Amino acid sequence: MSAAATTPAAAVGRDGPGARAARRGAYLIVAVGALFMLAPFWFMFVFATHSRGEIFNLPPPLWFGDDLAANFRLLTERLPFWRNLGWSVYVALMATVLTLLFCSMAGYAFALMEFRFKKPLFALVMATMLLPSFMNMIPMFMIMDALGWIDQQRALYVPGAASAFGIFLMRQFATSAVPRELVEAARMDGCGEFAIYWRIVLPLMKPALGTLALITFIQSWNNFINPLIVMRSVPNYTLPLALRSLQSTMNTEWGALMCGSAIATLPLIVLFAITSRQLIAGLTAGAVK
Amino acid sequence: MRLPAFLRLSPKWAPYVFISPFLILFAVFGVFPLGFSLYLAFQSWEPTGGLKAMEFVGLANFAFALQDAWFWKALRNTLWLAVASGVPQHLVALPLAAFIHVAFKRLRDGVIAVYFLPYITSTVAIAIMFNALFSQDYGLINAALAQLFGMAHIDWLHDVTHVKPAIAFIVFWRYVGFNTVLYLAAMQTIPGEQYEAATLDGASRWRQFLHVTLPGIRPMIFFGVTLSVIGGLQLFEEPFILTGGKGGVQQSAMTSAVYLFREAFDFNDFGGASAMSWLLFLVVALLTWITNVAFRARKGGA
Repeated sequence: MSAAATTPAAAVGRDGPGARAARRGAYLIVAVGALFMLAPFWFMFVFATHSRGEIFNLPPPLWFGDDLAANFRLLTERLPFWRNLGWSVYVALMATVLTLLFCSMAGYAFALMEFRFKKPLFALVMATMLLPSFMNMIPMFMIMDALGWIDQQRALYVPGAASAFGIFLMRQFATSAVPRELVEAARMDGCGEFAIYWRIVLPLMKPALGTLALITFIQSWNNFINPLIVMRSVPNYTLPLALRSLQSTMNTEWGALMCGSAIATLPLIVLFAITSRQLIAGLTAGAVK
Repeated sequence: MRLPAFLRLSPKWAPYVFISPFLILFAVFGVFPLGFSLYLAFQSWEPTGGLKAMEFVGLANFAFALQDAWFWKALRNTLWLAVASGVPQHLVALPLAAFIHVAFKRLRDGVIAVYFLPYITSTVAIAIMFNALFSQDYGLINAALAQLFGMAHIDWLHDVTHVKPAIAFIVFWRYVGFNTVLYLAAMQTIPGEQYEAATLDGASRWRQFLHVTLPGIRPMIFFGVTLSVIGGLQLFEEPFILTGGKGGVQQSAMTSAVYLFREAFDFNDFGGASAMSWLLFLVVALLTWITNVAFRARKGGA
């Protein structure tokens, strides 16, 4: 990709003075735009350190204050905050582990095995991606109710664990990264099918597994609509739902709410700062191939 | 590790075992509930009455939805929001990607990451944040508008005419980076020789953009616009959270997905809500198809 990217960039140097001024203007626009993307995050963290009164001062505070501890105390008084945080982590981890397992198994089968109905089954996987999310709201509630999973965390991480996106991502990667001959040679040597998957295929898929793990964790961490439909009691809420429940009370404690939002957002920003390349490539994988 | 013979997977059955988690989850959480929702669309049912309270009503639920003023209002809101948030996304993302593509090298990944950040953040945190920023008397946005342009304070989230633009703005802010990344990925697949040839022919940057870049990324424009159409028609979280789960004053920001949710979970009409969900599914399918046809026609004409 770098070869294609550098060529037009190299050509830019030959432009005249008018074009250079235009380019400087464009740089400025990109920079202002970047500030515009970051500003809401900045204010989230700044407001997390101010009391409600200060947040709604005119003009509002632009720099950090000293009410972070008070806001956090208020947050833990209004919410079983540590429990909510713990459920968020638990659900995201469970979702990640199950998704990695199920999607890598299916992706491997679709990439390297031959079986009847393979094509229609894969078409079915892809078709599930096209289903609008609102189609699922009522059915999801009904099935969880029937299973007795209402207000249970497993209702949040089981249904999506064999996601079409994950299977697609795994299949794409296995096709290019797992040599068919290697699998066949192992089979000749009498290696069992599950051992082939566990000891040969999985280690080769590590990069893609990492990407899928990141994406799944973040999606689960941010998930709002599924908890909204199935969770009923505040101590069982995951973080997004718990934070929203704070907001719907009459006297919203904005400082505490900002503090909670900041805590929910900070891990994502850190994770993203470290892995943005891998993550962006994974999230757009479906589009490029 | 040698398993006993009866536990060893035969190569014939192994693939089915490997895809069985998908098949099972899809059957339990996909096929069955969807089928049930289709069945429900023809029933009158309040879940509090238990399964016995179900009663076949034929097309009454569909007739109700089609005569329901809220249904149409929600659909109009949804289309308005899809256009008002979707069109600017692409109009900004396309030139932005083109510029980043030619003008950034070392800072490239950093710039992309900044624009992409809102996409991976929790909607709830974002909605809470914007709730404070859009606040009428003390919000930063009103303060800034008053300072810069002397504008009177606007009650963004409770005013019938302003709540939709405010939500469209948030959706735009959230997804513009995602589209930029899509376009950048497509631009990287255009061979550099095409630009060199165009430069040799004396084509200006603008003509290069028109005649090399745009045709090269046309499939991605189609893909990105389709995603925006599909995503825009499903818009739920932003309007739901910013209007306290109600859809706003006089349903001014109630999207179809929000109405669907309320019809089922606030008004306990599962049959009606199911019928609406299938009607909306048809709308999404139809608009996706129209987008598809429109792009194919442009392609044929070009």
